[in-house]
Amino acid sequence: MLRFTLRRFLGAWPTLLILMTLAFFMMRAAPGGPFDTEKTLPPEIQANLDKKYHLDEPLLKQYGRYLLDLAQGDFGPSFQYKDYSVNELIAQGFPVSLRLGGTAILLAFFIGCLLGTIAAIRQNTATDYTVMAAAMTGISIPNFVLAPLLILLFAVHLGWLPAGGWNDGALLNTILPITALTLPYVAYISRLMRSSMIEVLRSNPIRTARAKGLPEHTVILRHAMKPALLPVISFLGPATAGIITGSVVIEQIFGIPGIGRFFVQGALNRDYTLVMGVVVFYGILIIAFNFIVDVVYALLDPKIRY
Amino acid sequence: MVTAKDINALQSLNSNEEIKGRSLWSDATHRLKMNKAAVTSVIILLLITLMVIIAPSFSPFSFDEIDWDLISTPPSIANGHVFGTDAIGRDLFVRTLYGGRMSLMIGVIATMVSLLIGITYGATAGYLGGRTDAIMMRIVDILYATPFMFFVILLMVFFGRNIYLIFIAIGAINWLDMARIVRGQTLSLKRKEFVEAAIACGVTTPRIILRHIVPNLLGIVVVYVTLTIPQVILVESFLSFLGLGVQEPDTSWGALVNEGAQDMEIAPWALLFPAGFLATTLFCFNFIGDGLRDALDPKDR
Repeated sequence: MLRFTLRRFLGAWPTLLILMTLAFFMMRAAPGGPFDTEKTLPPEIQANLDKKYHLDEPLLKQYGRYLLDLAQGDFGPSFQYKDYSVNELIAQGFPVSLRLGGTAILLAFFIGCLLGTIAAIRQNTATDYTVMAAAMTGISIPNFVLAPLLILLFAVHLGWLPAGGWNDGALLNTILPITALTLPYVAYISRLMRSSMIEVLRSNPIRTARAKGLPEHTVILRHAMKPALLPVISFLGPATAGIITGSVVIEQIFGIPGIGRFFVQGALNRDYTLVMGVVVFYGILIIAFNFIVDVVYALLDPKIRY
Repeated sequence: MVTAKDINALQSLNSNEEIKGRSLWSDATHRLKMNKAAVTSVIILLLITLMVIIAPSFSPFSFDEIDWDLISTPPSIANGHVFGTDAIGRDLFVRTLYGGRMSLMIGVIATMVSLLIGITYGATAGYLGGRTDAIMMRIVDILYATPFMFFVILLMVFFGRNIYLIFIAIGAINWLDMARIVRGQTLSLKRKEFVEAAIACGVTTPRIILRHIVPNLLGIVVVYVTLTIPQVILVESFLSFLGLGVQEPDTSWGALVNEGAQDMEIAPWALLFPAGFLATTLFCFNFIGDGLRDALDPKDR
């Protein structure tokens, strides 16, 4: 097990390096610098700015400096918010984004598994059809369409919930954004869970368990649940990436001060270091999460030999 | 004693059997036709496609015509704006359909790009096998773990927001799944006799891949295409929603939803019509994809 974990751990590094390299060279290949404004700056000032941010050095040296800084956990200064470093901006936005995304992924996992299992147990009944129709709707309505619709219904027409803002994370303010972020993934996970549960319930070990006369809930919870969860577990990696991407839009729609908003602002302002910092930060997060998912999967699946 | 009549009967029996023989495809078509949701989806999708292509040319309004006297008017048949107008007085009916044209076009073209890359890559890796395969698939694994959405956003920001870049960028991130599926199929195909025969005849490797392997992959590819198109439309809408995709005065469903969301309190129709079209289209594609997969899946026959 230790060897497997170690191998997976080492395997995550090339991905990380590619991620950082891609981000760096793409940004430098882009036309237009971060200081391009309507009026051209005097050459001396331009030169000083370039010098301050090391933009005058050869590309490879900049790349080396960038990797070295990253290795020390330093994302550099923000070009746009001059008094802040990217680290500070990320530190400021991350707790908010984490609360949003973390709740969303947990909710999606539990509700999705629950609904999927129920649908599988009652396969081809009205319950099954209802759950699957709802899931299809959830998959087909993107979260950036769902969010305005939710605001329209619950905030504008019914007036039950605030239409936006964070208000230091008051419960009422989190309900709509988390719902919009969670629902599509509840849909995916319940579909996945249903089909894998149906397959497991037809397998020999389950037939044996039933033949022994075990009560149905023991069969499902103790014997069928674990193997049926495997596809869902391996979907958690892409799901996290999706929820993180989705949170960019959701934060934008609801005006929530998370990392996603910095990212969009930075992208529109050509704030090189900020955008790159966010991409690399989220990249590390996703890669780390994929690694954890891999290890958990190996622990749960006896077929994987290590 | 075998008479001429017997031979005739035998022959007709033979030919009869040929007619009645059920290939994978006729079987699949039959099963698909039994699936009401899928058939309805095909019809709705065809209608939407037709509307999107034809209807804008019959409307008295053009998609970028501004009427300052009719700003954010609700849908009305009397003044001809059946979907109402947007915040600067443009006809929403024409804009919704015009945006649909853009969204569907991007969906189809970007899917073709991903198809091209995915099939070539997957078939090559699967057919060559061995170390080449291991390295090629390892690269796919590595790329799989990268958050590509962010890179597409970066691309849009740095290299201007033009449509061709959207095609390429979205196509370039969607080929990974395709490559994996195609590779798996190729692995089983390359052991078949007709490939062996081709090798024995001295056909070159690229030709075997193109002429003998790829045509046999089409079944699975068709299913996958119907599932990729909605994903691509979704990505494009996502970008346009953030203001990083299709630019004014051109539009797409994502851009329209974005505009609609900004003043939905006073003009909800500007949000609801494009959102409805977008969701319906995604719905239909997903149903067709599901239906095709069930129809072609020999497992639950």
